[in-house]
Amino acid sequence: MDYFERFAIPHPSPAIYASMVAIGFTVIALIFVLTYFKLWGYLWREWLTTVDHKKIGIMYLISAIVMLFRGGADAIMMRAQMAVPNNTLLDAQHYNEIFTTHGTVMIIFMAMPFIMAFMNFIVPLQIGARDVAFPRLNALSFWLFFMGAMLLNISFVIGGSPDAGWTNYFPLADNEFSPSVGTNYYLFALQISGLGTLMTGINMIVTILRMRAPGMTLMKMPMFTWSAFIANVIIVFAFPVLTVALTMGTFDRLFATKFFTTTDGGMDMLWANFFWVWGHPEVYILILPAFGIYSEIISTFSKRNLYGYKSMVGSMVIISFLSFLVWTHHFFTMGQGALTNSIFSITTMAIAVPTGVKIFNWLFTLWKGNIEFTTPMLYSMLFIPTFTIGGVTGVMLGMSAADYQYHNTMFLVAHFHMVIIPGVVFAMLAGLHYYWPKMFGFMLNEKIGKITAWVIAIGTLLTFMPMFFSGLDGQARRMYTYTESTGFGIWNMISFIGAIGFTIGFMLIVYNVYYSIRYSPRNIGMDPWDARTLEWATPNPVPFYNFAKQPHVNSVETFWDSKNNGHELFPEPYEDIHMPSNSGMPFILACIFFAWGFSFVFSMWIPAILSTIGIFICMALRSLEKDPGYYVTVKEIKETEKKLRGVQ
Amino acid sequence: MKNRWIKLIGFFTIVTMLTGCDPLLVLDPKGPQAEVQAKDIMLSIGIMSFIVLIVFVILAYMLFKYRASKQSPDYKPPYIEGSTLVEVICVGIPVLIVIYLSVVSVDSNYKVESTPEKYEHEEPLIIYAATSNWKWHFSYPEENIETVNYLYIPVERPIEFKLYSYGPITSFWIPQLGGQKYAMADMLNTLHLAADYPGEYMGRNANFNGKGFTENTFNVTAVHQDEYDEWVNDVKDTAETLTEEKFDTLLEPGHVGQSTFNGTHLMFLPPPVHVGEEVEAAISEDDESQQNKN
Repeated sequence: MDYFERFAIPHPSPAIYASMVAIGFTVIALIFVLTYFKLWGYLWREWLTTVDHKKIGIMYLISAIVMLFRGGADAIMMRAQMAVPNNTLLDAQHYNEIFTTHGTVMIIFMAMPFIMAFMNFIVPLQIGARDVAFPRLNALSFWLFFMGAMLLNISFVIGGSPDAGWTNYFPLADNEFSPSVGTNYYLFALQISGLGTLMTGINMIVTILRMRAPGMTLMKMPMFTWSAFIANVIIVFAFPVLTVALTMGTFDRLFATKFFTTTDGGMDMLWANFFWVWGHPEVYILILPAFGIYSEIISTFSKRNLYGYKSMVGSMVIISFLSFLVWTHHFFTMGQGALTNSIFSITTMAIAVPTGVKIFNWLFTLWKGNIEFTTPMLYSMLFIPTFTIGGVTGVMLGMSAADYQYHNTMFLVAHFHMVIIPGVVFAMLAGLHYYWPKMFGFMLNEKIGKITAWVIAIGTLLTFMPMFFSGLDGQARRMYTYTESTGFGIWNMISFIGAIGFTIGFMLIVYNVYYSIRYSPRNIGMDPWDARTLEWATPNPVPFYNFAKQPHVNSVETFWDSKNNGHELFPEPYEDIHMPSNSGMPFILACIFFAWGFSFVFSMWIPAILSTIGIFICMALRSLEKDPGYYVTVKEIKETEKKLRGVQ
Repeated sequence: MKNRWIKLIGFFTIVTMLTGCDPLLVLDPKGPQAEVQAKDIMLSIGIMSFIVLIVFVILAYMLFKYRASKQSPDYKPPYIEGSTLVEVICVGIPVLIVIYLSVVSVDSNYKVESTPEKYEHEEPLIIYAATSNWKWHFSYPEENIETVNYLYIPVERPIEFKLYSYGPITSFWIPQLGGQKYAMADMLNTLHLAADYPGEYMGRNANFNGKGFTENTFNVTAVHQDEYDEWVNDVKDTAETLTEEKFDTLLEPGHVGQSTFNGTHLMFLPPPVHVGEEVEAAISEDDESQQNKN
């Protein structure tokens, strides 16, 4: 029995027991539904073994949305706890677990898969490719991410959640101060999903460099592809740092090394440095693809080409370079002296310049345009003012002497939410509405969509603007409660009201999906938005081989040119298409990785060794396997195209 | 429609009234360092509001002027590549602003990292501030006394806090006297503060350090030098002596309230030897000045 005691929750509460029951019932219900409707085969053939970049993109999307609700539930609990002084809804330990999970889930398991969803789905279509360069590796990336996410998400019912903050600063996260297995979950969940991200990085770079359609030079790539390319370059440089840091942390916790300890020569700020050498570029990994989506949407609905294409590309390259030179601004207060702080203060503020260039280029894209307020455009137009507020507060935080007063306060919390929510979340929702017809073959309801956009934007302002004030009034972040005399009450109450607004907004999105599945017309044609780039030259939804014929590209907006300027997009005849075959290996390998991580979390060495061997066996099998793929014949292509396009 | 506006205005009036009475702590400085920081904050808020305003105005203008409902239905927007002049302006003005803010920032950095100019000629009071989960231990080596979870400081005199930790990283912060700095296990940090006015100030650990983080606070009482001397004498007369055993029990995780001792723990448990950059500089300066005297 002793053996199983390790799985018990160290700090249980009725809510956690209720979640356990709910999870149990959900799993049983899922198994029942799959069995009753005989869907196991469908699930295996069409999803678990797929190597199709579009299906992988959709699986990323679904995971991201599920995680959005998980992280959102955490957020609303925190805001409810803070709404009034001396609240006892949550105790300190639960609050600590919740904000740790909220941060980790939102960054690693919500924002990352959301951008991965769009990169996977859109990039190959935008460059006229039939899949990514390494389709099976792509499936492995997804399943590793998925298993990492699952590993973190079971922590709160088996063994206990991590509770050292999403930044997981050692020495706080070391065994001495965080004895539960929660931090092990954090380390292994991030390690496993981080491996997946690194593979995606390599995969996307090769795809974009090697698989562009004839005629598409680098400077004729659509802006989203450019942003994805640069984001993936950052991934390849930044993620190995995380991998190393997590490994060192794991060794400290499981094998008693002394990298980050308070004694025996450990360096307690070493983790923070490693973490932010990865963590700051990570912010740009998230936001650059979001900027790419905005560029596509703003240009489409202004009915104009993107203003200053070259400076847009240039500014992203500069941002990616600078993103590696600013990590110290996350701890100006470490005591590195005035000189070091001055250098990092200047590099930090310098990032505002290329970012400002992007904002102005979007504004000038509207100039002389013919602006149509669709839902994606509305999100983009709400993004510009809210993001500007978030962005300029970033410049304020960059002034290191003043940062001594902002650091670790709600002011900082307000700042990064005001950049990440308009910058990334609005972009993802805009992209969701914009690309929904491409993914599923029908539109989301515009009226509900626009109401939702306003509700979420107002929710953002209501939730996060008060935090600027409470931060300047001395409210530190991560406090689980406060007394009435501090005067923080009013600010936190407004925040809570804003959080309710958010909740309503996200409920409206769910309702919109439901409503549109039921009532939205299905015959929307190829190009419902009158778009400009190559992804819209395919039917909706996209056939599995993407393009029936090889497209030829003449400009950044080749599809627009084919519609309006007589560009011949598909000059070649039909040819047989070579496609990669499905494989169960990525899913199985990722499952073994899950077992591997789980065994290490609980220091169960025999299963850990067995799963390590299993991983190597899988890799060996893959190396020895011959997989020539298969061909889709011209006849099949013609039939499919006829069905999808009606005539041709 | 009108009703809604009245309600909105009413709401904001209430909010400002509720909060307007007490100024925000950080913007209500009571010491020279906090004043430098508050000035920087207000300056940057001013410049940033100007930038936000420009973006809002351009956005509003574009959306109003070029929205589809206002154009003729067959309007075809032109193809515009981008203009070097516009790009130069879009880069140039932000660069100028960043240069200006950099100058201010660098200047302030050196100010907050040294003894406040105002009190340069006063002899600084050195206080060692150490944290353990979840307490603050303040040692006054000159006076040879130690307090837990509260501070007594003289006004109009520079104070050098020597920060370190018996556990996770913490951050020493008294918003009205100046910004925070980390306290770590393997390094001694120096924070220069001073109080201009007598009063009670809130101090806390601002860096998350586990379960007892929220209550990891301390009170600061700033008094005139004579009152301060009185307090020191009082402590020396009445407080019990800090023994090694007593300090060990204090280090155990938990909350202990306020207490006062004769003697400091620095005798039997010296602070970390590795010092931060600016401390090193200060020490070498001290050495030089002493050599000059000799």
